[in-house]
Amino acid sequence: MTHDVLLFLTTFFASAVEAVEALTIVLAVGVVRGWRSTMIGVGAATAVLAVIVAALGPALQVIPIDTLRFVVGALLLAFGMQWLRKAILRASGYKPLHDEGAAFARERRAAEGAGVEERAGIDWYSFTVAFKGVLLEGLEVVFIVVTFGSTQGNLGLAAAAAAAALVLVVVVGAVVRGPLERVPENTLKYAVGLLLTSFGVFWGGEGAGVDWPGSDLAIFGIVAFMALVSFALTRSLSRRRTALKPAESRA
Amino acid sequence: MKYVAAFGRFWWDFIVGDDWRVAVGLAVSLALVWFLAHEGVNAWWLLPVAVALLLVESVRREARSSGG
Repeated sequence: MTHDVLLFLTTFFASAVEAVEALTIVLAVGVVRGWRSTMIGVGAATAVLAVIVAALGPALQVIPIDTLRFVVGALLLAFGMQWLRKAILRASGYKPLHDEGAAFARERRAAEGAGVEERAGIDWYSFTVAFKGVLLEGLEVVFIVVTFGSTQGNLGLAAAAAAAALVLVVVVGAVVRGPLERVPENTLKYAVGLLLTSFGVFWGGEGAGVDWPGSDLAIFGIVAFMALVSFALTRSLSRRRTALKPAESRA
Repeated sequence: MKYVAAFGRFWWDFIVGDDWRVAVGLAVSLALVWFLAHEGVNAWWLLPVAVALLLVESVRREARSSGG
């Protein structure tokens, strides 16, 4: 039950973050170059993603659970640590924060400057940019849905969480009619990175043959430990950055 | 050939990302935990500690390289 709640939250927030980024790309192209070709690109990418989930999900369920947990744990660790690493660097000021407004302006300028090329009655630029944007952002969601869902034996719940996040972002995007700049994207990425890394540790260890103290409840201890390490690291780097700034400005 | 290279680069970025040392460290840590478990040693603490150390080292290295 507790794992299902964490599964839902992780998949929901990860999907929401990726959906916000995809929405920015789609909006910028659609507003500048029209919606028809853009939406065909979105539809084509969504279909490809759905096929990947439908093919990979059941295929992963025939793998022995310990092997699956070991492989998924290793992949989640590698993937989750990338999110967490970037989030810590952003939170401590060593990397610029992700700015949807700036990303929207950049995509918009690129869409305005691109030439017109029609293929089969489709504006090729709108189609390919929307297709690639949704496919690349969506692949991360698919990865999380398939790995979490299969390892937890609840692919339906993981897919439902991702779908709920997608619907929410699309509805809010349609109401706002602009990029979702107020979504605390960096904080969400920090939280998702933390959860992905913690589940990676839990499943990777279990798949390797570890018996966790407290069994399934150990996940809470791992999340708390990783959170403590990450927050301490962020704090220490922020202080160092602040201490360096006066020295830099004097130089 | 161009597409094969792009495909390989995509998966490298997807799984390994900016710091290959983290990926290698994770692989070694997981292999060590697996080996110990199959030798009858329940080293449950090893993976969280290894992940924390790899994270701290990787983030600090990146911060140093960007002038901090």
